[in-house]
Amino acid sequence: MARVWIFGQDINTDQIVPGRYAPYMLKNEADLRNYPFVEHRPDFAPAVRPGDVIIAGNNFGCGSSREYAPLALRLVGVGAIVAPLFARIFFRNALNLGIPCFTADLTGVLQDGQEVELNLAEGLIITEAGERIQLPPPPSFLREVWAAGGIVPFYRTHGRFPGEAV
Amino acid sequence: MQTLSEQILSRAAGRTVSAGDVVTVNVDLVMMHDSLSPSIIRVLHEELGAERVWDAERVAVVIDHVAPAASVQTAEKQADVRRWARAQGITHFFDVGRGISHPVLVEEGIARPGMVIVGSDSHSTAYGCVAAFGSGMGTTDIALAAATGRTWFRVPETVVVRAHGSFRPGVSAKDLGLYAARQLRADGATYAAVEWHGVEQLTVMERMTLATLSIEVGAKAGLVPPTGLSQPVPEWLRVEEGASYSRVVQVDLATLEPQVAAPHTVDNVTDLSALGRVAVDVVYLGTCTNGHYEDMAAAARILKGRRLAPGMRMLVVPASAQALQRASEDGTLSTLLAAGATIGTPGCGACIGRHMGVLAPGETCLFTGNRNFRGRMGSPEANIYLASPEVAAATALTGYLTHPQDVSL
Repeated sequence: MARVWIFGQDINTDQIVPGRYAPYMLKNEADLRNYPFVEHRPDFAPAVRPGDVIIAGNNFGCGSSREYAPLALRLVGVGAIVAPLFARIFFRNALNLGIPCFTADLTGVLQDGQEVELNLAEGLIITEAGERIQLPPPPSFLREVWAAGGIVPFYRTHGRFPGEAV
Repeated sequence: MQTLSEQILSRAAGRTVSAGDVVTVNVDLVMMHDSLSPSIIRVLHEELGAERVWDAERVAVVIDHVAPAASVQTAEKQADVRRWARAQGITHFFDVGRGISHPVLVEEGIARPGMVIVGSDSHSTAYGCVAAFGSGMGTTDIALAAATGRTWFRVPETVVVRAHGSFRPGVSAKDLGLYAARQLRADGATYAAVEWHGVEQLTVMERMTLATLSIEVGAKAGLVPPTGLSQPVPEWLRVEEGASYSRVVQVDLATLEPQVAAPHTVDNVTDLSALGRVAVDVVYLGTCTNGHYEDMAAAARILKGRRLAPGMRMLVVPASAQALQRASEDGTLSTLLAAGATIGTPGCGACIGRHMGVLAPGETCLFTGNRNFRGRMGSPEANIYLASPEVAAATALTGYLTHPQDVSL
């Protein structure tokens, strides 16, 4: 099972990982795994488990280009992020790192701390009560990057960028 | 009829493209800064397996985010980046003190009209001040662009902010930018480009104020039409009658009042006059948004012959060495110093909360930069208000948020 973590709207990259906690500033870069939401939600990093789901409000990840924000979420194994709208750079960074991002507003549907099953293959969240929430699939040009596990494996396999004619 | 973004991306794609198309384009310039360069270099070599960048003359490296180094770790990583840039034969390498990447690449004539420029910094929309399509990206996208000379985009729709008339005294480009954020909100131009029309009267660096603020409404790029530039403009690059815009925001500059973004979001904007008395501990004038020569000069005009309020600190961190040089030549710098301000090394300074003016819990900062997110400049218990250099100077004189008119111009 996956735990649901609810976040509000306009969560910016300084809230995900403050610039003072960038790998550039750390003696040991692996410590980044301790810092997702270190100030915004200090209970997150110690308790998050691999496969957990972030359910956020509008404009998730706005602000900086720092890829270490989604990287910190990948390091702790976040299974998927669902928000009505993702800020552009965050979305690209998450896609490049292979973090599944779904565009939907579930903040009023699921509750913080709730246990659900995340079925990525079918794009489903299934609640303990058996409710099946269908997540909208991303456009095909993004899905192909996702399927490859990120932009680097995608590029190394195909020698091209997403959306480009084969 | 095409938007500026469609014109630029069509040229870069080698075919006519329109909003909504997903295209692979040639990039003209890739910018990386010290904060992300170590990870970009690692992805370039270790993950992508590239030995060299695609073109050592079209990859710019700038040490600006923690400049000069604030710790042994940052010093060591900067030393690695210097060695790497030398080994790669990077021609456009700018070290500590030259300034923030965005104004530097414009001043050096490396960022030019009609180019596609991608940078490892979200404020790479800045290059729109010379009508380049500048866009921010993260580590992996920048490493891929540096390795291949290419990237992909979804061609953006365009939101136009159309200004009419002239600014009143004490009102400037920052107020227009914040007003646009107030209208569009933080997500109002997500995945889109912003074009700033009706601002021909602004200098290139004043245009950069607008271009950098474009990311604060989510934009992929923020372009000012290329009028009155000293650089050559490609004949195919111009605002075309009949281009399709997804939204137009009209702004009457003649009635625009000084704007302030209150904590903790950039779109939490009101007229300065609508705020009550807000005590300020420190005024910080700097960043790629408002640390330019024009901004220091605007502050100096208000501070001339006066002293900061008792207990006030005023930090001035020029956006570039060239801006600092110019301010030192015409008396702007001595005016600021005589008023009690202090000067930092040109660069990003405390904008990322890492050094050179980090805020304590409970402190309130009047900041001419572009982000007032909680914890952005240090303690998450600090408050950051964004405003123009004119409001910054007036506030430095009184100790609380102040309309420039109230200290007389």
